[in-house]
Amino acid sequence: MNASVELLLRSAFIDNLALSFFLGMCTFLAVSKRVDTAFGVGLAIVCVQTVTVPVNNLIYEYILAPGALAWAGLDDVDLSFLSLIAFIGVIAAMVQILEMLLEFRIPRLYRALGIFLPLITVNCAILGGTLFMVERHYTFAESVIYGFGTGVGWALAIVMLAAIRERLKYSDIPDGLQGLGMSFMVVGLMSLGFMAFSGLG
Amino acid sequence: MTNRYWDALTTPLIGQNPITLQILGICSALAVTTTLQTALVMSAAVTCVLALSGASVSTIRRFIPRSVRIIVQITIIASLVIIVDQMLKAFAFEISLRLSVFVGLIVTNCIVLGRAEGFAMGHGVIASTLDGIGNGLGYSLILLLVGAIREFFGHGSLFGFQILWTTAQGGGFDPLQLMLLPPSAFFIIGGIIWLIRARRPEQVDRSEFRIRGESREEGR
Repeated sequence: MNASVELLLRSAFIDNLALSFFLGMCTFLAVSKRVDTAFGVGLAIVCVQTVTVPVNNLIYEYILAPGALAWAGLDDVDLSFLSLIAFIGVIAAMVQILEMLLEFRIPRLYRALGIFLPLITVNCAILGGTLFMVERHYTFAESVIYGFGTGVGWALAIVMLAAIRERLKYSDIPDGLQGLGMSFMVVGLMSLGFMAFSGLG
Repeated sequence: MTNRYWDALTTPLIGQNPITLQILGICSALAVTTTLQTALVMSAAVTCVLALSGASVSTIRRFIPRSVRIIVQITIIASLVIIVDQMLKAFAFEISLRLSVFVGLIVTNCIVLGRAEGFAMGHGVIASTLDGIGNGLGYSLILLLVGAIREFFGHGSLFGFQILWTTAQGGGFDPLQLMLLPPSAFFIIGGIIWLIRARRPEQVDRSEFRIRGESREEGR
């Protein structure tokens, strides 16, 4: 129990995908102009991440890993070189399924997410989460926690950045630094702040 | 004719730089730049994938149905990345360990998909290949610059050769630990963007919001 809480905190704060591994930066900088859209994207990431990391974990464990096909009688088959294509396919399929489910079940949320839902397919935070899961050999239960934790951490970071950028409109910024340049500086400061969490572990 | 190809190759260097202007492919740009060597390998990998994906997407662009084009592009890119990844594991295993997941992440690097979708789908093979190389070089330029700054101030070395002797080695240089940590990359890229935009004001983002007092003063 203790270990899973620690993993949750670790994946959400200390190993924050956006601020300490720079994953999903393109979306992070592009859609953080308003708090409400940022919140929508964050929510979508949490959903997709919580589903894809465990699913990819199962696929890797039982099909792709070296020796994983032992249940089919193929002991020495190593398909791990196919993992990138398999993972990106799973992610694209998951996003598509989620999109259809949301459209029929929760149309309000679907409309709120709009274009950002399909764009999540090419968000590096999702693929990055999966690749880190493989690299660190998480079990199935751990990968559920890890997927949820990293999703929440990413969502938290983008909402915070959007809140700061909304306030930035009122400040007097040097000409060349306006917009993108200033966002980088702000993200740098946030990343410094998040490093303080490393004392938690 | 040759001029157009030259343009496809050179405009992405500074004028249309993928990182500082198009906001593409920032993820990997920041994570692998703690030393020059990893930055160099990463740039080479991305440039290869960009050039090859530009060439192959543009070759089959007339046969791809519009509705499934993104999937086709992603599959092509993923196959190319797998090749690069396996090559790195075979010939430069130590570096591939240090790059960890970031080689795999070239798949979702927005530069590659962005150029495939935005340029290669509508242009000839040679132009698309050159555009891929150009964007790869623009990306490499920023990556190497950031890598050089971070390695020089963080380790006192360039490409692993000691230039400033650190206090631990009996010299007088106290390495800046901050340069090896994530935040420094953000500050350096922010600074580079500032520099480029100070020289080229046309790249500055238009402010969507103007303070009322300010606009009144301008009106006078």
